[in-house]
Amino acid sequence: MPAFYLIVITLGAFYLGYRFYSKYLAERVYALDPNFKTPANELADGVDFVPTNKHILLGHHFTAVAGAAPIVGPAIAVYWGWLPAIAWVILGTVFGAGVHDFGAIVTSARNRGQNIGTLSGKVISARASTLFLLIIFFLLTLVNAVFGVVMAILFEAHPGSVIPAVIVIPIAMCIGQWVYRMRGAVLIPSIIGLVLLYAAIPVGQMFPIHVDGLADMLGLSVRTTWVILIFAYTWVASRLPVWLLLQPRDYINGQQLLVALAVIFTGVVVGWDTITAPAVNDVAEGTKHWFPYLFITIACGAISGFHSLVASGTTSKQIANETDARYIGYGGAMGEGALALAAILACTAGLGSAADWNTAYASFGAASGGALDHFVTGVGHFLSNIGIDAALGASFAVVVVVTFAGTTMDTGVRLQRYILEEIAELAGFKALVGKTSLLTTLAVLIPLALALVPGGDSSGGKGFAFGQLWTLFGTTNQLTAGLALSVISVWVMARNRNPLAAIVPLTFLLFMTSWALILNLLDFLAQGSWMLLIMDAGIFVLTAWLIVEAVTALNRQRRTA
Amino acid sequence: MTTDDDDAPSLWQRINAYHDELFMAPWRAGIARQARNEEEILVALLFLEALGIPGPADYYALELYPDLVEAFHRWHQRMGMDTFPEAGVCC
Repeated sequence: MPAFYLIVITLGAFYLGYRFYSKYLAERVYALDPNFKTPANELADGVDFVPTNKHILLGHHFTAVAGAAPIVGPAIAVYWGWLPAIAWVILGTVFGAGVHDFGAIVTSARNRGQNIGTLSGKVISARASTLFLLIIFFLLTLVNAVFGVVMAILFEAHPGSVIPAVIVIPIAMCIGQWVYRMRGAVLIPSIIGLVLLYAAIPVGQMFPIHVDGLADMLGLSVRTTWVILIFAYTWVASRLPVWLLLQPRDYINGQQLLVALAVIFTGVVVGWDTITAPAVNDVAEGTKHWFPYLFITIACGAISGFHSLVASGTTSKQIANETDARYIGYGGAMGEGALALAAILACTAGLGSAADWNTAYASFGAASGGALDHFVTGVGHFLSNIGIDAALGASFAVVVVVTFAGTTMDTGVRLQRYILEEIAELAGFKALVGKTSLLTTLAVLIPLALALVPGGDSSGGKGFAFGQLWTLFGTTNQLTAGLALSVISVWVMARNRNPLAAIVPLTFLLFMTSWALILNLLDFLAQGSWMLLIMDAGIFVLTAWLIVEAVTALNRQRRTA
Repeated sequence: MTTDDDDAPSLWQRINAYHDELFMAPWRAGIARQARNEEEILVALLFLEALGIPGPADYYALELYPDLVEAFHRWHQRMGMDTFPEAGVCC
C-alpha cells in the first residue's frame, strides 16, 4: 500500500475527530464559555498568568508535549505490524489524548490554573496528592533512564552525528546570550543558528567522534561510557540558568520538529514509497504480544499523562479565552499523533523491502534496541527522495532525536530535584532539603543505575534492558494519564454532565496498564531482574492505589449527584 | 509630521514581535522565577544592615540602595511583612 494513503487516512481521521468529537466535548462535556474569565485574565501577573495568542500557545503547547517519546514508542510498536500501531495512534489520539489534554486545560483553568497534582488532592482525595508525587517520581526516573540510553545508542551507532548534536549547545547558549544580555530579537539569530547546525552535519560526517579509547581506559563498553558521559553532562546542564541553555535549546527543538515533520511527509509524497512491512506481524510464540503491550509502548503519540503536566502546569495559565482550549488541547494532541504517524512511516515505508523490514524487526529485542536506528534510517531514506544524501539525512534525524532527548533529560533532572526534595520533606529527611547539589546528584544517579541494568536480548538491546525500561516508562505515563482522567471525570460528573468520554479511556488505560505490569512482573521474576522487578512492583502498587482512589471518588460523586 | 500609519509597526516588526513571543512564552514564568531568586539573594545581602546584621559591603554598595529600595519592599512583602518595621528603610 502506498504510504501516502496512510497519511490521508490518519490525518482524515484527525480532522473528523476535531470537527465533530472535539465539538461535542466543547459543547456537552466541558461546556466552554466564551465569557468565562480565564486565570490568565483574572490573575494576570506577567509571570505565570499571561493571556497569550492562541496560535502562539498552540506552538508552545505542541513543542512542549512532543519530544523523542512519540518517535521511540511507535518505532518499537511497529514490531506487531503497522496496522495495530496506526489504529492505536488514531483511536488513542481522537478518543484518548484529545479528551485528556483538552480536559486537563479546562479543569485547570476552571480552578485558577492549579496543576493536576493539586487538583487531584482537591477533587479526588488528600492522599491523591501523595500518589501523584510518587507517580511523577517513577515517571521522571524512567524518562531520564530511557533517554540516557537513547542518546548512547545513537551516538554509538552514528558517531558522525556527535558534532552536530553537541554544537546545538553553544548555538543555544549564544542565542540565550543574545536575547537576554544584548536584548536582541530572536528571529535572525535563530535562523543563523539553524544554518550553522545544518552546516555541522557534513562536518560531523567528516569527523566522527568515537569514545573507544576512553571506554578501553575505563574498562567499560562504548555504550556504557556514552551513558555515563551523557548523565555527567546532564548534571552540569541542569545546574545552568534556564535562559542560558534550556530555553534556547527547547526553541531549537521546536524548529527541528517542524522541519522534520515537513521533510518526512514531503519525502513520502515525492518518493511515493509503499509499505512492504506486514499489516499484522505474526510474532513468535513466547514473545511479548501486542495486547496489552501496544498500549503502553505507544503512550506519547496516542495518549500520554505527561501532557496533563504541561496542560495544567503552564498552558491553562495562559489561555486568553476558554474556547481556545479546544484548539490548543485537541490540536496539540493531533500534532503529536502526526509525529507518531511520521515515526510509523519511517520505520515501515522507510526501511525498504519486506526482507529488510523482517531483518530489522526480527525480535522484540531487535525492535526495541534498534528502534532509533530504524527511525533514523527511514528518515534518511525519505530525505534521499528529495535529493539529500541519505547519510546526511540520517544524521539530521539523529540530531532531532538527541536534542529532544537532551532537553527532556535536562528538564527531567530539574523536576526530579524538586520531587525528591518534596518526598524528603514528607518523609522527614531534613538533611536533603535545600541541598541542590546533593539532590541533583541523586536525581542523576538513580536513573543512571537503572539505565545500566543489564538485560535485553543480544539482537538489539546490546546488553541494556532498553525494551523493558521503555514498557515501564509507558506504564508510568499511562498512570499519570489515569490520574488526570480521574480528576476530569469527577469534575465533569460534579457538573451533572455525561463523564463517559473521560471514564472510558480511564478504564481502558488502567486495565491495560495493570495487565502489562503483571506480565512484566512475571517476566522479571523469571529473568531474575531484581531492580526492574522492584520498579515494576512499585508501579503496580501505585496502579492499585489509583484504581481504589478513582473508584471511590467516582462513587462518592455519583451518590452526591 | 508623523501620522498613525507611520507609527504602526511594519510587517517585519510584527513578524519579529510574534516570533519573540513564540520564543518567550513557554519559559516566561521559569525565567522570571529564577531572576526573582537571584534578586532576593542580592537584596538580602545588600540590606543586611536593615535586618540588624553588619554588612561588610554596605559602604561600597550605598549608591545601589535607591535603585533597590523597591526590590527590597517587594521582598519583605513576599516574606510575609506588609510593612517593614525599621523606620526610614522603605515604607
